[in-house]
Amino acid sequence: MAEHELLAATATETAGLIADGVVSSDECLNAWLDRAAEDRLNGYLWKADRAAAMRGVDPDSGAPGAGVPVAVKDIFCTTGVPTTAGSRILEGYIPPYTSTALSRLSASGMPMIGKTNMDEFAMGSSNENSAYGPVLNPWDHGRVPGGSSGGSAAVVAGRLAPWALGTDTGGSIRQPAALCGIVGLKPTYGAISRYGMIAFASSLDQCGPLTRDVTDAALMLSRLQGRDEMDSTSVGIEGGVELPSAVDLNGLRFGIPADLIGEGLEAGVRKVFEQTTAAIERLGGSIESIALPHSDHGISAYYVLAPAEASTNLARYDGVRYGMRESEDDLVSMYEETRGAGFGPEVKRRIMLGTYALSSGYYEAYYGRAQRVRTMIVRDFDKAFGQVDFVVTPTSPTVAFGLGEKTGDPWTMYLNDLYTVPMSLAGIPAISIPAGTAGPAGGGPELPVGFQIAAPAFAEQSLLEAAFALEREIGFEQEPQEVER
Amino acid sequence: MSSEQELEAVIGLEIHVQLSTRTKMFCGCELSFGDRANVHTCPICLAHPGVLPVPNRTAIEYALLIAAALECEVAPRSIFHRKNYFYPDSPKAYQISQYDVPIAGAGRLGDVRIHRAHLEEDAAKMVHVGHHRGRIQGSDDSLVDFNRGGTPLVEIVTEPDLRSGAQVREWGQLLRATIRQLGVSDVNMEEGSLRCDANVSVRPVGSDEFGTKTEMKNMNSFRFIERGIEAEVARQKELIASGGQVVQETLHFDPATGELHSLRSKEEAHDYRYMPEPDLVPVVPTRQMLDAAAAALPELPAERSQRYREELGVSEGAALKLSFDLEWAEFFEGVIAHHPEIEPRAAANWVTGEFAAELRKQGDQALGETVVTPDSLGALVRLVGSKRISHSSAKAVLAEMVADGADPLEVVEERGLEQISDSGELEKIVAQAIDENPAPAEQVRSGNEKAIGALVGAVMKATQGRADGGEVTRLLRRDLGL
Repeated sequence: MAEHELLAATATETAGLIADGVVSSDECLNAWLDRAAEDRLNGYLWKADRAAAMRGVDPDSGAPGAGVPVAVKDIFCTTGVPTTAGSRILEGYIPPYTSTALSRLSASGMPMIGKTNMDEFAMGSSNENSAYGPVLNPWDHGRVPGGSSGGSAAVVAGRLAPWALGTDTGGSIRQPAALCGIVGLKPTYGAISRYGMIAFASSLDQCGPLTRDVTDAALMLSRLQGRDEMDSTSVGIEGGVELPSAVDLNGLRFGIPADLIGEGLEAGVRKVFEQTTAAIERLGGSIESIALPHSDHGISAYYVLAPAEASTNLARYDGVRYGMRESEDDLVSMYEETRGAGFGPEVKRRIMLGTYALSSGYYEAYYGRAQRVRTMIVRDFDKAFGQVDFVVTPTSPTVAFGLGEKTGDPWTMYLNDLYTVPMSLAGIPAISIPAGTAGPAGGGPELPVGFQIAAPAFAEQSLLEAAFALEREIGFEQEPQEVER
Repeated sequence: MSSEQELEAVIGLEIHVQLSTRTKMFCGCELSFGDRANVHTCPICLAHPGVLPVPNRTAIEYALLIAAALECEVAPRSIFHRKNYFYPDSPKAYQISQYDVPIAGAGRLGDVRIHRAHLEEDAAKMVHVGHHRGRIQGSDDSLVDFNRGGTPLVEIVTEPDLRSGAQVREWGQLLRATIRQLGVSDVNMEEGSLRCDANVSVRPVGSDEFGTKTEMKNMNSFRFIERGIEAEVARQKELIASGGQVVQETLHFDPATGELHSLRSKEEAHDYRYMPEPDLVPVVPTRQMLDAAAAALPELPAERSQRYREELGVSEGAALKLSFDLEWAEFFEGVIAHHPEIEPRAAANWVTGEFAAELRKQGDQALGETVVTPDSLGALVRLVGSKRISHSSAKAVLAEMVADGADPLEVVEERGLEQISDSGELEKIVAQAIDENPAPAEQVRSGNEKAIGALVGAVMKATQGRADGGEVTRLLRRDLGL
């Protein structure tokens, strides 16, 4: 089998080829290691050699997905492998333990081909907050891949990895998946263990797959999900996850939150969104308008809650036990100089915001109120799911924007998460699938547009079925310039 | 405020109890004391990136046991919070503790109301070495031992119901005995498994308002706590009497010098930025867990002391001593179980008095080390009670029992210590003593009753302690015309 055929196959197809003996797991790993070595997107922060990729892995175990290499966001602790979370403060840090999510993939026989670049501590929507340089969008090297799982999205879209593991706090899987033209799934909070995943905002963080298609997402999710005794907030998905097979959407109701689809949405993105809802109707689904009245406060609530949690989660990076240490003159200067030099500007901004929001005298006005908004958003979704089976939105209001275009204005950058944050606050599963392409607002070549589908908590199976049927109807086949034909 | 107005102390306590679980509060590392530094650590208790806490079920069960013993209301759903502060003894830079919804609410122990009790994790231990030992400022190096970090703690907070240092000591000892009895902690103050902070203020007697309080930190014995509080109360009273005002601050009492030092003032107080711990779900004790705690509750010191006093007629002092230590209580109960005919009051006095003293005298033995059985001590008490031997003979017998486990009856027989029960014989000896000691006899006759002691002593000497002291005095008084 020619190498380019192998690289063109999805992860699920590749697993089938290995299981059927068409290619060996060895050939497969070598092909992908060679491919990863050609990374011109700054997608990888660390690349495995054969030995490192195979550590603790039996690629011929026959487990689902066995032998298919996986790229892993550099936020998952990995024994013996540098893990930075995209931050200078963890430069040189080598964890003494491995995250549950990655252990589960290893146990399924998936070699790890590398650790992918990301926004520092997963804070960002463009991957420009990485201490190790931005990731380039494989569709246009002058544009961002989205973030924070920008490296994971770019390497999958650029065929530098068959699939990848990412994390999503307010859209960090779905938005880069949309901007890079691939599938990204954020499972229900609690579906997958967070143990070993470096925390940004603990009540929102959830890992998930970034893949070529919906079937691959289902396959990886089926291996990741499950209760873990190391994470008391994990519960798993009852009944597990199977590969989807639905061919239509007969009788299913899809709700469009009228409150959210307004200004700020690019015309090209709107057009693709409308084409996609028409595709839903062709498959027998119905489109209804629903109300998510508090969702427009989602961004404000999110940017209080997530920084508040981050301010305490990131307090441990103090130079005492691991990672970088600046100045040993005295305790306070060690803290100040280590954290001053180790954290980037966006991380510092959020630590300041969060510290303020939790301060005595301000807690109720900020954190307390944001928690109440979150509760109202949860109720909004509960009510909506009494009326419809799924909620659909564009994944991102724009296509991939230019490097440096939004870095000067944090609020504009935060608005990228407008459509993804409400689902994170509600803890419900949501998937982004590529739905077409559109020219950017300022003109230029066509770029991918994502379509987001959200479902009630733990309804991953029906979410994947719907996305699978819709994916086939859309028939998205465009590929980025990065991919050699 | 009038300076003549009488002031009273108002004291509340915060007590930290290290639980003696096998493992730490949120990870699987074993608890230890005195092991090599940093051997009981893992990524979780060292706060590596990405780790998560998982609560120790036994620690929650122990907390429920403490709550039951202190008659606290148990919260149906309590939550953990993060208490944020930067210091190397706190690897996450926050302590997981409980804040507005603790596992245990209002309760009571003895005459002091409990405000609340909550679960949390202990900090690591810091050692400052070099130039300015003991404090981080000015030391050459500061070392952190994370073995202790993450040890489960229950913090018990009382209402401000205590009024003196002596009361704090007594109540603190009751609390320590109560928790020791539950078997959930070593409650060793020197090793730090029991730590006590006190909030102290003064106010005019009869007022129901509170004065400005100071906080006294980490005193490592109840004697020092008593002295520290007395010193602080005296300081505050003097300050107010001289027209001054108490400033809110944290104090350290140095038992060596008896001096109080300020550690930090209110302005330097931390803003802990409490936040609900998102990594943990609420603690929801099941009916079975609550029932198990109630069923596991042994008879506690306060209850036992009351039973000894009210049902067995034991003196208050002996009842307290016996109740505070299960080992002694069991010994005492063994004595009266083997010898139901003896008076429990007398048995309790012998156990806590002469017997305890003899153990101390002969090599400071612990109760567990003695060869004396409850049965044989009971036999001795019985000999005294039936007046077969005198009190002073009994002490001599006891000394032999403690020395080599001798049988009291055999000792009495071998040494002929049986009390003189023939009153004719005793009368003769008394008459002889009066004849041989004319001077004290004359003093007694002329009204100096105290002089009778010399005569009693003479009789005892003549009988080698085998006479009943009460009977001797009665006969002497009769013969001397009193």
